[in-house]
Amino acid sequence: MSMPFFGPDDDPGANFTELLRRIGLSPMPVLPADVVSELRVPHATTCVALSYADGVVMAGDKRATAGNLISSRTMEKVLPADRYSGVAIAGAAGPAMEMVRLFQLQLEHYEKVEGASLSLEGKANQLSMMVRGNLPAAMQGLVVVPIFAGYDERRQQGRLFTYDVTGGRYEEKDLVATGSGSLHAGTVIKVGYRPGLGRDDAVDLAVKALWVAADADSATGGPDPLRGVYPTVATITATGFELVGDDELRRRFDVIAQEVRA
Amino acid sequence: MTMPFYVAPEQMMKDRADYARKGIARGRATVALVYDEGVALVAENPSNTLRKVSEIYDRIAFAGVGKYNEFDQLRVDGVRTADLKGYQFSRDDVDARSLANRYAQLLGQIFTHELKPMEVEILVAEVGRTPADDELFHILYDGTVVDERRFSVLGGDADAIVQRAEDTWREGLTLGDALGVAVGALAGADRTLTADDLEVAVLERDNGRRCFRRLDEAEVARLLTPAAADSAGDESSGEPASG
Repeated sequence: MSMPFFGPDDDPGANFTELLRRIGLSPMPVLPADVVSELRVPHATTCVALSYADGVVMAGDKRATAGNLISSRTMEKVLPADRYSGVAIAGAAGPAMEMVRLFQLQLEHYEKVEGASLSLEGKANQLSMMVRGNLPAAMQGLVVVPIFAGYDERRQQGRLFTYDVTGGRYEEKDLVATGSGSLHAGTVIKVGYRPGLGRDDAVDLAVKALWVAADADSATGGPDPLRGVYPTVATITATGFELVGDDELRRRFDVIAQEVRA
Repeated sequence: MTMPFYVAPEQMMKDRADYARKGIARGRATVALVYDEGVALVAENPSNTLRKVSEIYDRIAFAGVGKYNEFDQLRVDGVRTADLKGYQFSRDDVDARSLANRYAQLLGQIFTHELKPMEVEILVAEVGRTPADDELFHILYDGTVVDERRFSVLGGDADAIVQRAEDTWREGLTLGDALGVAVGALAGADRTLTADDLEVAVLERDNGRRCFRRLDEAEVARLLTPAAADSAGDESSGEPASG
């Protein structure tokens, strides 16, 4: 039997990463120092999130870069973590995607084993531990800096969390931004932000932030009407995680383009 | 010199089986049945917090009867196995058949090698992409696996319940009718069961990635009221168009 029952003392409980460790499948191994400095791994860039009246909006561009090359135009960096929360990532794409996959699994695993979902706070702390677990790799250049946002069913409001490389977790009230274009994107949101924004205004603000970031930062991708590729924008409210459709995004970007042209 | 007692292997196995069967017969039964849009799992369970039916994976559910701590241990093992397999390979590679085999191995091993057999009967159900692919695996305390097509009954008094279900089950039941069949079979002629006494969950074929859904008491009560069940059926079929 590959995995017998665990005794009460060493049972990993509802923790999936701990289970992986127990059976010798530890995720996120540390790479030899000299290997990483030679590598040019794809990097994912700008993501933002802001709170509004019904919950939160998350948005991220779809470009991944490896040095001066664009390695992907269609990378999804804003992903649902579970029904009521989402995670957006910036940094080395490989470890970041693996972290998101593990995080999603962890939340679902907990929910199934325990028969109840983690609180939003608990989810944010879980992600914090995963970022901290990645610290050795981060020291070698494979930095992963996520943002986490969700709808807190107990408090009935949207909440935002940002992280640093060491796993430090910081809750923000209005907005968070991460990645190479975060300075520009964050500034746009900061200037346009008002408490209790409606959905339309909040989505517009996120879209505008990505437009400006793409305009000023070469690693951030803008809307690509030629290929029909638009950034990822999602809302998380009492009804759950919901992607904003490409048609709606195209209309909103067209408005910005009109303003620039005029 | 003392002589150890000799017990014939047949006798030993029979004693263990009797012991396990007795334990299982003390509990209340659970019925799983195939209906037009998936698999319904109906357990007679007055507790609102200790579950007999639960989710294992995207399209797989678990039901157990007998000793709670023992089948819950098996449930958690199933969730772990499924999540690990999905993580190491792909979500599409997780299937009920291999999980049922694993449970059979575990239960068989425990039945022959441990001091005490597990006093449980479990069910692994998978909802397929089409009704023909729905699967029900019924696993007994000694590791015997039975692959069932239409419905499966776990627990004490199973023979009588199977007989009653045989008489009422038919192809293409709606959810409301399926619940009616299950409740009728569980209750028998001289008892009535209300939504309050039941724990109901379904694996719905088109419920997105995670097909498992628990039905709350109000919904079960509504589906069990014959007249309302029809209109409820209309309502749910109208939902996709309006949403």
